[in-house]
Amino acid sequence: MSRIPLDPRTAPPFQAAAKALLGDAQLRKNVRHATDVIQNKRRKLVEEKQDWQLLRESARQIRAHALQHLDVYLDEFERNFTRAGGTVHWARDAAEAQRIVVGLVKESGSSEVIKIKSMTTEEVQLNNALEAAGIHAYETDLAELIIQLGEDQPSHIVVPALHKNRAQIREIFRRTMNLPDLGDKPADLADAARRFLREKFLRVKTAVSGANFLIAETGGICIVESEGNGRMCLTLPDTLISVVGIEKVIPRWQDLEPLIQLLPRSATGERMNPYNSLWSGVHPGDGPRAMHVVLLDNGRTNVLADSEGRETLQCIRCAACQNACPVYRQTGGHAYGSVYAGPIGAILTPQLMHMEHSQTLPYASSLCGACYEVCPVKINIPEVLIHLRNKVVEQNGWYTPESLAMKAVAAAFRSERRFRAAQRLGRIAESPLVKSEKQKFSIVGQKQTGNTGWIGWLPGLLGGWTDTRDLQAMPEETFRDWWEKRGKA
Amino acid sequence: MKVALFITCYNDTLFPSTGKAVVEVLERLGHTVEFPAGQTCCGQMHWNTGYQVEALPLLPRFVAQFEHAEAVVVPSSSCVAMMREHYPMMAERIVAEGGDATLPQRTAVLLPRVWEFSEFLTKKLGLTDIGAYYPHRVTYHASCHGLRSLGLGDGPQKLLKAVRGLELVEISNLEQCCGFGGTFAVKNADVSSAMLSDKTRAVLNTGAEECTACDNSCLMHIQGALHRQRTGVTTRHIAEILAHTEASEAAEEAGETEVNV
Repeated sequence: MSRIPLDPRTAPPFQAAAKALLGDAQLRKNVRHATDVIQNKRRKLVEEKQDWQLLRESARQIRAHALQHLDVYLDEFERNFTRAGGTVHWARDAAEAQRIVVGLVKESGSSEVIKIKSMTTEEVQLNNALEAAGIHAYETDLAELIIQLGEDQPSHIVVPALHKNRAQIREIFRRTMNLPDLGDKPADLADAARRFLREKFLRVKTAVSGANFLIAETGGICIVESEGNGRMCLTLPDTLISVVGIEKVIPRWQDLEPLIQLLPRSATGERMNPYNSLWSGVHPGDGPRAMHVVLLDNGRTNVLADSEGRETLQCIRCAACQNACPVYRQTGGHAYGSVYAGPIGAILTPQLMHMEHSQTLPYASSLCGACYEVCPVKINIPEVLIHLRNKVVEQNGWYTPESLAMKAVAAAFRSERRFRAAQRLGRIAESPLVKSEKQKFSIVGQKQTGNTGWIGWLPGLLGGWTDTRDLQAMPEETFRDWWEKRGKA
Repeated sequence: MKVALFITCYNDTLFPSTGKAVVEVLERLGHTVEFPAGQTCCGQMHWNTGYQVEALPLLPRFVAQFEHAEAVVVPSSSCVAMMREHYPMMAERIVAEGGDATLPQRTAVLLPRVWEFSEFLTKKLGLTDIGAYYPHRVTYHASCHGLRSLGLGDGPQKLLKAVRGLELVEISNLEQCCGFGGTFAVKNADVSSAMLSDKTRAVLNTGAEECTACDNSCLMHIQGALHRQRTGVTTRHIAEILAHTEASEAAEEAGETEVNV
């Protein structure tokens, strides 16, 4: 049941993937509906918090501070987690994380693991590595289970199966759980999943999780969720292995206070997560007997080293930016070719994957700013996108057609004389493309009938425009021509 | 007041009627309008597409052209957003690269005097009714930069509601991007078109004759689709609506065709 994971190194460019997905009407309808529902819930709950902006600011400060002193807090976490009986492992990259986890699972004596939804394990493609080592992983988060059984890919950080509707999910369950008579009510589906999962919870003795936060002060792991399946994974097995990005650490217990208010409201439009679990080390007669945390770098220290891109790591994975993004809402998550989709994916993936694998993602945004507006930790995503675009341009050098055109236009803007020459040249260049059209038009205080030109086809780099839109031709007189004449009159 | 006009490169080239309308409105309100001739472009297209090196020289150019103005009015929310959000950082970078050390200070002093056109009317002058007359059914598109970067709020709608004869009809999903995004419309043409078709559907659902905004870049995009689909619905910059008066209407009725300046 191994899936081909979304991998930015092999994924098609965003434009191509997006084009294909735009043709899937059902998927677009599902994505639109789900993001509408979540956004409306979110808006209501944000409005009832008078101190929302203060909460955002304090969360931003907590996250920025933690990142600035990441070494200190990771050390502190390691000390406290170890003192509580846990073991900390450090993984430089995905391969190392895979090796460590596979080794630990084998050590636990199990050939199966139960897993709770974890973007980090998706990022390092852990399930396939486990499968290759003869270990089967069962996803226990309902949405992740749907994805796994459907041999699909997550398309959203919080709601991985948001691109599927109920009928599609029922079909997947009927087929893979062998339930020919399965009903289509939410309760029927939840019941089927519950029965399927309960058997795994009671049988499998090793669990793999991610984490929402690591708390340095207590050496604790925090997982917030809606279904309680994460809590099952934390408490029932003998061995728990948590794979966590190093950026997830926060200094103190009390730092959770703003974060745990912001996260559920931003993510699913809930005042509080139904399940908030905090776990620290091993305790006789309670919970796992062996507890491991794999602290994953996988490119994060590179991001940290970039003063303009660093704020990306403040992310608490609420996906509010995905729900708000008009680009994401058209295509869903798979177009981004990475487990991190939407605006946060567009800035996180290129940085984690060293840019060259992600040339198109920083451009997958109209810079409308909706993502920044909703971000609970105030990541200025548009600003980071622009920063990354600059890196792409520098990486590609000067001899691309786009770069040469941009340079030529920039040169024209550097003097009034050259700018006017370019305006004249533009009018000459466009003239073969202009179709004249008789129409009534009016400028201020002047209504008359005359010819207006329209362009219905443009060549080369600009051709995308005229696929669906016309372009009005340049008027015969520029503003500055008019202004000059007016002065002389 | 002496108002310097930064008309922006695309308004100058593609939408001169917007500039004329801005001049008309400001003069009608008793202000003197200047047009510093050396102006070209704010640099937004280059900056936002990743061509920072190309955008940098446009900042000292802008500052030199406008730093003596009492107020600078710009009929484009996205260009003003570009200035407010990026000029301070650009100035610092120019200094870091060994350029003019006076730029950050001069930029900081100039920026508070730079206003988007509708913002100048509502926030600087405190006006909502400027004596316009425009007997049409109009819907307003809030461009993203006006909405989020400049915080125009309902200022433009207040101006439109005060226009005699104008029926303002509200568009659904007001805060949704039209999908223009500068080079985004070309680089991601398919997604941009999908966003645009949501927007044009919303415009058509209002039953308006015209769609207006504080930014011709969004309008050029929306207009492109409305024209391609032969909808008959047009777009017009808010300045052109506010410039229109009963007197200009009467002149049109009488068949006078010379430009009213």
